[in-house]
Amino acid sequence: MQNKLDKNSVGIVSPSSVEIKQSLELDCGKTIENFCLVYETYGKLNKEKNNAILICHALSGDHHAAGYHDINDKKPGWWDVCIGPNKPFDTNKFFIVSLNNLGGCMGSTGPNTLDKKTGNEYGPDFPIVTVNDWVNSQKLLADYLGINAWACVIGGSLGGMQALQWAISYPDKIRNSIIIAAAAKLSAQNIAFNEVARQSIITDPEFHDGHYNKFGVIPKRGLSIARMLGHITYLSDDSMRQKFGRDLREGKLHFGYDVDFQVESYLRYQAQAFVERFDANTYLLMTKALDYFDPAKEHGGDLSKALENTKSRFLVLSFTSDWRFSSSRSHEIVKSLVRARKSVSYSEIEANHGHDAFLMPIPQYLGVLKNFMENV
Amino acid sequence: MIRKDFKIISDWIKKDSTVLDLGCGDSTLLEYLKINKNISGYGFEKDINKVQESIKKNINVIQADFNVGLAKYFNSNFFDYAVMTQALQENKNPNHIILEMLRVAREGIVTFPNMGFWKNRFQLGFLGRMPVSNSLPNNWFDTPNIHLCTFNDFEKLCGDLEIIILDKKVLNNNYSTNFLLKIFPNFFGEIALYRFKKD
Repeated sequence: MQNKLDKNSVGIVSPSSVEIKQSLELDCGKTIENFCLVYETYGKLNKEKNNAILICHALSGDHHAAGYHDINDKKPGWWDVCIGPNKPFDTNKFFIVSLNNLGGCMGSTGPNTLDKKTGNEYGPDFPIVTVNDWVNSQKLLADYLGINAWACVIGGSLGGMQALQWAISYPDKIRNSIIIAAAAKLSAQNIAFNEVARQSIITDPEFHDGHYNKFGVIPKRGLSIARMLGHITYLSDDSMRQKFGRDLREGKLHFGYDVDFQVESYLRYQAQAFVERFDANTYLLMTKALDYFDPAKEHGGDLSKALENTKSRFLVLSFTSDWRFSSSRSHEIVKSLVRARKSVSYSEIEANHGHDAFLMPIPQYLGVLKNFMENV
Repeated sequence: MIRKDFKIISDWIKKDSTVLDLGCGDSTLLEYLKINKNISGYGFEKDINKVQESIKKNINVIQADFNVGLAKYFNSNFFDYAVMTQALQENKNPNHIILEMLRVAREGIVTFPNMGFWKNRFQLGFLGRMPVSNSLPNNWFDTPNIHLCTFNDFEKLCGDLEIIILDKKVLNNNYSTNFLLKIFPNFFGEIALYRFKKD
């Protein structure tokens, strides 16, 4: 217990929630009115209100980015390695805001919450939201918190896309943007993986066209397979070899279809844990938000044109073993920023963890972040 | 104290210009140029530890090998100057990189050690050993310097590539100059700085 509340942890935290009493026009054409956002904050907002940082979560993340909800929690928030006193996102210096995005399943208005108009759960009728919609909803949260401009918006993977979109959508409301292990748009291969994940959920007999909660069931098998598939793409061949190799769970082959290898056991365990905490409709929605992200589209596919009006400084980071959003995807972002003559630094971090590296305490990674934050 | 060669480069560079520094190290030069000449631009650096230092200095740096990165990131005539200090001799194809510098920038500036410095000639010519000196501190087996040249070699290459040399400064290893350096640069000079452009 002692080490949980050490001097580098934000300690015990609890989420807040806000009812945004405004209507938000979504990219899909629908409007959402009076929605709730759940968020956590770490550190203190200064008098000038110019030390606020926004943390954007990825596909399966949420508002709980650092610290512990309870002294008995086994794990801290998902980005605890980066957030806390004397960590790269230093809570002695910054006021850090982390929210559960609209359409999420951890308390913010989303498929598993009640539609006040109908009195029923949204379920599959929750509108598909985009990265752009998220940024607009985050802007309303900033207004509510009295934050005129973010000192920095930061995210990895899908979170990095939000950090990029912020710089484009609100050039005067963001001074720095950190885009980690992201891409300016998904490749056909990325979309293909997402489609397999969606199909596995949608074709689960217990999906019931998204109304599974009405039937008192959840599409466990579909969501499990989606998570297993996703998980494989978050790791690298190398890291899986190191972690599991061909190790057998019980020391011998069973000549059956149950678990033989450790890696199978691991994937099943991960999937099981995921199914218990995550909503299938939200998973579908998140994968669509990923697929649809393409800020260059309205500029004839020219990302540097989309970036023309940005004013923030950028830090772009990638990891050598990431094949889901490989370094070359980050190069595209950097190249476009350079062509638009923007202030950008880029570092490619040596890491064998695959896409998940952005969550890992890699010294050089933390060093780059810390150094960049010194000038924020 | 800023290195004398950086001071000379700064004198060559016009105010408010755009600069690309190839192999920018910890970006000491770019920082100096930013403060003194209000330049903007980017550094290219392979070593992540140096990249970290540059980021700490609030200098834009791109972690990449400039042998492949230049073509990827920059359009033609993007910069006013492309600078490369003490890295020309580490390149696989110095002739290509010089032309690439003049593709992305109007002018190029390079500095490199002189293989024709008399102590180097002495070590090779009389002792029969590969030179090791202040400006070439490595042994033959662990040196990053794979394409060493003399000042005369460099000037011949410029001629062959139809490159005009606009400025030239020859220094000893303390980055200062003297009478002998001016008369016999290729014999007494240890480090040279050149500013050049395409004919």
